[in-house]
Amino acid sequence: MWDYCGHSLDIARLRGATYADVRVMHHRQRDLTTKSGKVGTLGQSESIGLGIRVVANGAWGFASTDQLTRDGVANCAAQAVAIARSSSLAKKENVQMVPEGTYIDSWQGPCLKDPFEIPLETQLDLLLAADTAMHKVKGVTLSETDMQFRKIDTWFASSSGSKIHQRRVISGCGIVATVFQGSEIQKRSYPNSFGGQHVLGGYELIESMNLLHYAPQIAEEAVALHSAPQCPEKRGTLILGGSQLGLQIHESIGHPIELDRVLGQEANFAGTSFLTLDKLHNLKYASPIVNVVADARPLHGPGLGTFAYDDEGVPAQRIDVIKDGEFHGYLSSRETAHRIGLPRSGGTMRAEAWNRLPMIRMTNVSILPGAWTLANLIGDTEDAIFMDTNRSWSIDDRRYQFQFSTEIAWEIKSGNKGRMLKNPSYSGITTEFWNSCDAVTDAEHWVLWGTPNCGKGQPMQVMGTGHGASPARFRNVHIGKAFSNQ
Amino acid sequence: MLRLAKARGVPETEVHIDESIQALTRFANNTIHQHVAEQGLVVSIRTVADGRTARVTTNRVDEDSLRAAIDDCLSLASHQPKDTGLLSMPGKQKYRAVRRFDPVTANLTSEERARAVKSACQFAEKHGQVAAGIFSSGQSQSVLVNSRGLAASYRHTNATFSVTMQQGAAASWAKANSGNVRQFDPLQLAKIASDKAARAQNPVELTPGRFTVILEPAAVLDLVGFLFYDFSATAVADKRSCLSGRLGKPIFGRNITITDDAYHPHQLGSPFDGEGSPRQRVSLVDQGIVKNLVYSRRSAKQAGTKATGHGFPLPNEYGEAPLNLVVEGGKISIEEMVSSTAQGLLVTRLWYIREVDPYEKVMTGMTRDGLFLIEKGKIAGAAKNFRFNQSVLEMLRNVEALGLARRATGEEAFEMVVPPMKIRNFQFSEVTKF
Repeated sequence: MWDYCGHSLDIARLRGATYADVRVMHHRQRDLTTKSGKVGTLGQSESIGLGIRVVANGAWGFASTDQLTRDGVANCAAQAVAIARSSSLAKKENVQMVPEGTYIDSWQGPCLKDPFEIPLETQLDLLLAADTAMHKVKGVTLSETDMQFRKIDTWFASSSGSKIHQRRVISGCGIVATVFQGSEIQKRSYPNSFGGQHVLGGYELIESMNLLHYAPQIAEEAVALHSAPQCPEKRGTLILGGSQLGLQIHESIGHPIELDRVLGQEANFAGTSFLTLDKLHNLKYASPIVNVVADARPLHGPGLGTFAYDDEGVPAQRIDVIKDGEFHGYLSSRETAHRIGLPRSGGTMRAEAWNRLPMIRMTNVSILPGAWTLANLIGDTEDAIFMDTNRSWSIDDRRYQFQFSTEIAWEIKSGNKGRMLKNPSYSGITTEFWNSCDAVTDAEHWVLWGTPNCGKGQPMQVMGTGHGASPARFRNVHIGKAFSNQ
Repeated sequence: MLRLAKARGVPETEVHIDESIQALTRFANNTIHQHVAEQGLVVSIRTVADGRTARVTTNRVDEDSLRAAIDDCLSLASHQPKDTGLLSMPGKQKYRAVRRFDPVTANLTSEERARAVKSACQFAEKHGQVAAGIFSSGQSQSVLVNSRGLAASYRHTNATFSVTMQQGAAASWAKANSGNVRQFDPLQLAKIASDKAARAQNPVELTPGRFTVILEPAAVLDLVGFLFYDFSATAVADKRSCLSGRLGKPIFGRNITITDDAYHPHQLGSPFDGEGSPRQRVSLVDQGIVKNLVYSRRSAKQAGTKATGHGFPLPNEYGEAPLNLVVEGGKISIEEMVSSTAQGLLVTRLWYIREVDPYEKVMTGMTRDGLFLIEKGKIAGAAKNFRFNQSVLEMLRNVEALGLARRATGEEAFEMVVPPMKIRNFQFSEVTKF
């Protein structure tokens, strides 16, 4: 692979590139699903190829190929340079980047049990048993399970001399029980909705989930939701479960801090950001108890945003995003860091595959644990609604106004968890919401949740991001609007 | 691949080959900031042996890798319980010819795209605006064969131009997509977006509530697009479709007629589905009544009917879906819709649409890039963007006027042929800051 990398860099240089970096990526994936007791998807895929990014005539070009021969990668490099020259037709200024060191390294993410070495029968048997455990609960009309495993090898080389190999194994699993009754569809998922939990790691994740214990429980909850009262519309106190808080962080903190959005580069598709440059170190983003970091280092945990180097060859870092409630930092690249005068990239550039351009992506954007136990938090709450497990999510294209609904909620009355509520939702304005946070639970409740389906870019790229979160409390939140007029 | 599989003694084999060459020029801040090209070929194999099937996909096409893919597929399939409902692969089929390959589009160069982008950016600068968007073009071809004699092939070209024009805090947008790049004019699209951005200044904040709205085709597309999966026979059988218990009933207004038609002149897409069944034209909704669903071979057998050619590649748990929706239009222009509206809103585009209630098909999302207040039959100015929580079923009962149906493209759903619509009592629930 290094030969292909080196040869393509040589050709790019010969053709006039002033900078180039190249990635060979080998991506292997296994997908298993079941539905109502039968195998659904059963497939495996593999993709390998090379993508090269160059600066020529002061402008960017990128080309990719699956022709892994010396001629194939040479043609690809030449095409990238030609594209860069075309880009320079509509150039305002030359591409400039902050400096970065040169690294020669090899790194492998955590993986105790290679999921591709686990017998398929073991994986399918577990999914089918969980499926059956849900389906036999009276009233369940649809039971579904899924497992997904990926093994991604990346060889990165740059014209600056870096040569970095990384291997990341990603595992994910989830189960869902759906109940159609009367004129309503209700569902419950475990451990999270929309594909479950995903981490950087191996089959040990699946073994830790205890699927067979939770399968009947969520199925019974899905049935019970049909006879639960409707979540009321009101202004009041809200407690969010950890996985929902993780998605709240993703949408209302993670995306707004992407510097490419802030600088208008995503204006046509993913949108821009209310976090204009004047707000850096000058915005009370959240209440003083809120501390949020973007941390790609393995030390933070085995998240979908964990790596050793980003796809520009910049080492993984921790960035303070919100410190004691104050807005403290963006997610940056070498080019965007230069644009706003930062001395160094935050190391957040990642590409979905060999045929995609690296772009600024969330790493692990996590809220740091607070001091409360969950029991103490509930005990301290007079009147609230506790919402858990996302059902829908939406936010405007500058990341001000959001609305989320969750699968399930419970009333909190006089310090006790009470009756179940169906169709819960809440909405608000980002900074008002985060400034209303008055309690975050402790490290015992903190989970590094994986969001495997973050879409951004044109052509669209789907990336996994991590969000460490523990249940937290928010005051004076608009609750129940989504269903109030139906 | 078929020969290699036969030599391995595989009873039934299906091979799907997709080749794609794509390029995209992306611009923002009146300059090109990303400019990419890709080419790739993917081989996907499915085997059936002893009532078991699986799929393996690879882009390694040397003979050893292809042999390994066949072995992996057999191994995957063998480790699962027997599927008594698994069908034998279909034999030879006849397909209706479609011509969707345009050499000019296929051969569009990075320089040609860059020059078009430069014109749009210069237009923006001349008008004190900032342009962002994409100009993409490419070609794809696919071949599907199986060991029972089925052989199908298809190729098409594609081109898209999308532009956002920003003026101060306001923005507007225009987008076109076609199999033939000469079917749209990038500069004209830039001018449309520019004009609307200029008119989107100083938006007023309105109180959320129910409004008469005029949805431009992209806004209709992105909402109606969320219905496509509900017409899957498998989704209805699974009781997760909003059409469960509603077949044959008048659930939309009498002015709503929807077909799935892969052969419509404004559609792109292959004349066969993931199993190689020929795509049929299916009447989904006729004058407000749900008439038909779409079927894969398996769901058709279970329902005692014929496959409609809408199945996904096997194995999968979703069955099928219509991917070439055509919503019948009318003759009322958007200008006429505006002039007949005492008070309402003109919606350019919707954003971040998600399902809130799957059975009532309540969707939430935001307006984006141009929300205009209509008063006494005229555009009175811009309004701050709203969040909606609206049932699509109810919405399609409240359509007061339909415009000319055309190929529309948005960001949340497949391209389809839809008209602009004037709709009463559209539910906006909250307002944002811009």
